[in-house]
Amino acid sequence: MSEIVIEHLSKTFTTKDGTVEALKDISLSIESGDIFGIIGMSGAGKSTLVRCMNYLEEPSQGRVLINGKALSDFSEQELRLQRRDIGMIFQNFNLLMQKSVLENVCFPLYIQGKKKPEARKRAKELLEIVGLSEKEKAYPAQLSGGQKQRVAIARALASDPKILLCDEATSALDPQTTSSILDLLKDINRQFHITIVIITHQMSVVRKICSHVAILSGGQVAEQGLVSEIFNNPRSAAAKELILKDTASDMPEKKGDGAARSKIRSGQIIRIVFTENSAFEPVIANLVLTFREPVNILKADTKNVGGVAKGEMILEFVKDSPNVEAMKQYLTDRGLAVGEVMDDVEQ
Amino acid sequence: MWSSEVINMIIAGIGETLYMTLASTLLGYVIGLPMGILLTISDRDGLNPNPVLYKILDVIANIVRSIPFLILLILLIPFTRAVVGKSYGPTAAIVSLTVAAAPFIARMVESSLKEVDPGVIEAARSMGAGTLTIIFRVILVEARTSLMINATIAIGTILGYTAMAGTLGAGGLGDIAVRYGYHRWQTDIMIVTVVLLVVLFQLFQTVGMAIANRLDKRK
Repeated sequence: MSEIVIEHLSKTFTTKDGTVEALKDISLSIESGDIFGIIGMSGAGKSTLVRCMNYLEEPSQGRVLINGKALSDFSEQELRLQRRDIGMIFQNFNLLMQKSVLENVCFPLYIQGKKKPEARKRAKELLEIVGLSEKEKAYPAQLSGGQKQRVAIARALASDPKILLCDEATSALDPQTTSSILDLLKDINRQFHITIVIITHQMSVVRKICSHVAILSGGQVAEQGLVSEIFNNPRSAAAKELILKDTASDMPEKKGDGAARSKIRSGQIIRIVFTENSAFEPVIANLVLTFREPVNILKADTKNVGGVAKGEMILEFVKDSPNVEAMKQYLTDRGLAVGEVMDDVEQ
Repeated sequence: MWSSEVINMIIAGIGETLYMTLASTLLGYVIGLPMGILLTISDRDGLNPNPVLYKILDVIANIVRSIPFLILLILLIPFTRAVVGKSYGPTAAIVSLTVAAAPFIARMVESSLKEVDPGVIEAARSMGAGTLTIIFRVILVEARTSLMINATIAIGTILGYTAMAGTLGAGGLGDIAVRYGYHRWQTDIMIVTVVLLVVLFQLFQTVGMAIANRLDKRK
């Protein structure tokens, strides 16, 4: 049975300027023990969606089921008890600034009526899990962003949740810290078998740790499925945009203006994705030899996606080359997924 | 001029002023703190929005605060008499001081509590905390520095009000200043009382800010 099931969920907000449909007919199911990514641009409704999973936001229509039980059937009191099974971490950490690290982690235990010595003992164990034992007496203001998020994770784990919701948990962190926090989440997922839902706008986060992903666009699910499948063969415009934004984000030419940029943009640019069959063949070299025409490799990258070695490249063909279609076919024939890079992916 | 009589009177005045100030601040908080909490949680973005309750408290606070204190003192004479049995003296003044201070304190409490990061409140909700837990273990704790700073402002303002109450027979340093300085042209005594009021104010301010700083763990 799926741990979290969302059925035809819609959420409408009433503001001064009328109603805003934040989510439209969302249906998702998240399996127990999964790391599920929900990705979308800002304003796509992802934060609202994750808040519907613990009823911090009540859906306007549709149902949310946790282990088969609809949250709408719960009384306020039952809902509060249910929330103890669902930990949550946030972009801005949301720690109690006037309380020490240890007291922050104790907080959910106090809510559950645990006595101080018992709560402190458990909190110390949790701080050890997140690697912050030596900071228990510090106050949040004295910690770095990554350390604050570790405290928040320890706090979220204090009530032994089955589910951990992460709302843009790494968006305020630098890439290195992001990576270490994601590793920690992955460990937690494996060690405690906690289902993790990750809300993010960064494809790199999804690629690093998620097994499944749903792509939100304009309050709707544009596409959902295995990360490896969507990454190799994005069908929706929103998925393509997010993936290309991610891959294009570290193309050095991107920042160049004027001459450098127009030179790069002169020929057609495509993105190719290697699958397990083609990753180690010299496909590009063979392509060049076959067509006797140079291609410009704008970016090349191989990553570990869901345990399988995958890679991608951004290629640029010679301007006005007559062979572009044939070359694309050549690549497709060799088991590569070929997609066009749209111009509006630059930003 | 500086007979022991005058000195004793001034010492008694200090005592009365302190008594009025501290007692009315305390009673002001007894009413104003819950009122400020209710204003915060019943407001539109509050924990338990309740437009009717908010409006009632809002109007009460505005009406009381819009009446000049001197006029409030006169208006409240029958009420004061009913509560403490007489309408003059320090204890009687405490009644009107409290009535004037409570809405003012409630407003300051409201503004302190509304400064608390909504994200922290949301985090507490996500952990299954109820409204009372959030008020007492999250909001009041997170706002404590701001509450303390505002308490310092409140006590200073009430100290000023005691002097005004002095003109209507409340006693205390303000009373002495008015009687001797205004009615009897004894400027020296008035200056002494004013200096004492300034010293008291500084004392409250310094102690209050020191406590506020000690409480603050955000730096």
